[in-house]
Amino acid sequence: MLRFFAKRLLDLLITMVAVSVIIFLLLEFTPGDVAQKILGPFATKEQVAILTEELGLNRPVWIRYFEWVGQLLTGDLGFSTTFKVPVNDIIWDRLGSTLRLAAIAFLIMVPLSTVLGVLAGMREGGKLDRSISVLSIATTSIPEFASGVFLATIFVILLGWLPGTSTLSTAGGWPIWTQYVLPVTVVLLYYVGYLVRMVRASMVEVMTRPYIRTAILKGLDFRAVIWKHAFRNAMITPVTVFLLQINFLITSLVVVEIVFAYPGFGRMILEAALAKDYAVIEAGALIAVFIAVSTQVVGDLGYMILNPRIRFK
Amino acid sequence: MTATTSKASGSVLGAWFHRISLLRESPVGMVGAFIVVFWVVVAIFAPVLSPYDPNETHYDMLAFLHPSSQHWFGLDSSGRDMLSRIIWGSRTVLIVAPLAVGVAYLVGCSLGLLAGYYIGWVDVLMSRITNIILSIPPIVLFIIIITLFGPSVINLIIAFTLIAAPQIARLVRGITLELRERDFVAAAKMRGEGSLYIMVVEILPNARGPLIVDLCLRTGYTIIQIGVLGFLGLGLPPPTPDWGGMVNQGYAQLFSYPHMSIFPCIAISSLVIGFNFLADGMREISLRD
Repeated sequence: MLRFFAKRLLDLLITMVAVSVIIFLLLEFTPGDVAQKILGPFATKEQVAILTEELGLNRPVWIRYFEWVGQLLTGDLGFSTTFKVPVNDIIWDRLGSTLRLAAIAFLIMVPLSTVLGVLAGMREGGKLDRSISVLSIATTSIPEFASGVFLATIFVILLGWLPGTSTLSTAGGWPIWTQYVLPVTVVLLYYVGYLVRMVRASMVEVMTRPYIRTAILKGLDFRAVIWKHAFRNAMITPVTVFLLQINFLITSLVVVEIVFAYPGFGRMILEAALAKDYAVIEAGALIAVFIAVSTQVVGDLGYMILNPRIRFK
Repeated sequence: MTATTSKASGSVLGAWFHRISLLRESPVGMVGAFIVVFWVVVAIFAPVLSPYDPNETHYDMLAFLHPSSQHWFGLDSSGRDMLSRIIWGSRTVLIVAPLAVGVAYLVGCSLGLLAGYYIGWVDVLMSRITNIILSIPPIVLFIIIITLFGPSVINLIIAFTLIAAPQIARLVRGITLELRERDFVAAAKMRGEGSLYIMVVEILPNARGPLIVDLCLRTGYTIIQIGVLGFLGLGLPPPTPDWGGMVNQGYAQLFSYPHMSIFPCIAISSLVIGFNFLADGMREISLRD
């Protein structure tokens, strides 16, 4: 098991290096001079030349790559040209906001989709199964910006129960917690459907196993069969999927963040990308990939803890 | 999956008709098929159905953008007829999404077949590359590619392929690994067929069950992604009528003119629901035979 994790950590390292090279080269070899891209289309030739000299852009690519990596490793993420502050001053704050939103959504999402998935999967093809399944397909099919528009129209414009923006400032007279209701609901609508289907599929498969049939035939209470025999076995695969959602959540919250003007990480990357703010894009992308890869390792760990057949091999 | 019975027996068309007739047994699948066909018809007959030119500004109506008897779905902030733009927008999305999925499938199937059929170092190399690409969150990759190379149909398709092809390759690889051990592959090898023939004629048609379901789901998901990019302002360049882009333009005025955002949102949601219901119906059928 230790060897397995040493291997996964090595994989993580290789992936991070590869991704850092890809991102660096992507930004490097796109049409246009880097200094020109930073200064914008109206900069004079002299200005471009000065900035090129200042940033050391006239040196070979690989030297600059290693310099950049060296800087990253010492914790210097560079200076943001759009937000006019060191990247370190903004990126962790934004990441924190997004993590908070993701954590709230995750904490509701997991029990909700587990319960719905088990209910649907315990009697395959039953009425409850069909209605939960169809409903979950429908909610997953609605893009987040669309459910944002629908919910905002109902609860903000027509009813006036909730704030339309979630800027995390109480200036508008809405307490902070009310600003989380709509963003979290939108995230839940989009993700829960998928997770319910995963739990359901796993549950359906477990319910066909001989030990379940035996448990039912020996007269055990159906509820006991579900919770004692089926549930734990059915949750092995979904737990991995749940953990992988953390990665999707953190980066794909960008849509919700835009819809509700939430000061988050994804929105920061989008704003930086639109303004060609390279320091923020590079740092943001690397952090996003790091989160993605490390949640995969955590997912494997969860899988091993839950599945004794793998643990003791 | 019908590995033993198929061998692409003469009429591929017949097999398709059979599949479609089976769909009648799945009410959800039928609803999905109905919605998808509805939008396809709308897209095909867009020039006939749309009451106005989608890019024409109605200057006389600029003071009153709300839905009215002349403009059923109202006008957008540039005074263009919303109904016409939604009708033409169906054409945009139903051209770009299948095109993107098609290219991704071409690349993904080729890579997956190669990796699954040859195994060895080809497989190891491809798995490595696949894992690295899959570790980059799609939306981040989209944002970087589109902002760097500019929004256009070609760039959109390249970005989609880069993201979807590894996933498709992984799916096809898994199925190929299983199918390459089957008797009909051994028989083809003994007949002296080439590797290319075996991969394309023997293995690929037998992998179609899960692939058709994935194709439907992926088309729906791609439509969402195109909508999201449009909403984020990274979609197709104006004035192309694009549902996500329409929401992007109208969203700031949700309070005064909700119709500008709501109608395109209903359009895109219904189309994706259609594809996903269809996929569910297909899955039910493929489980049966």
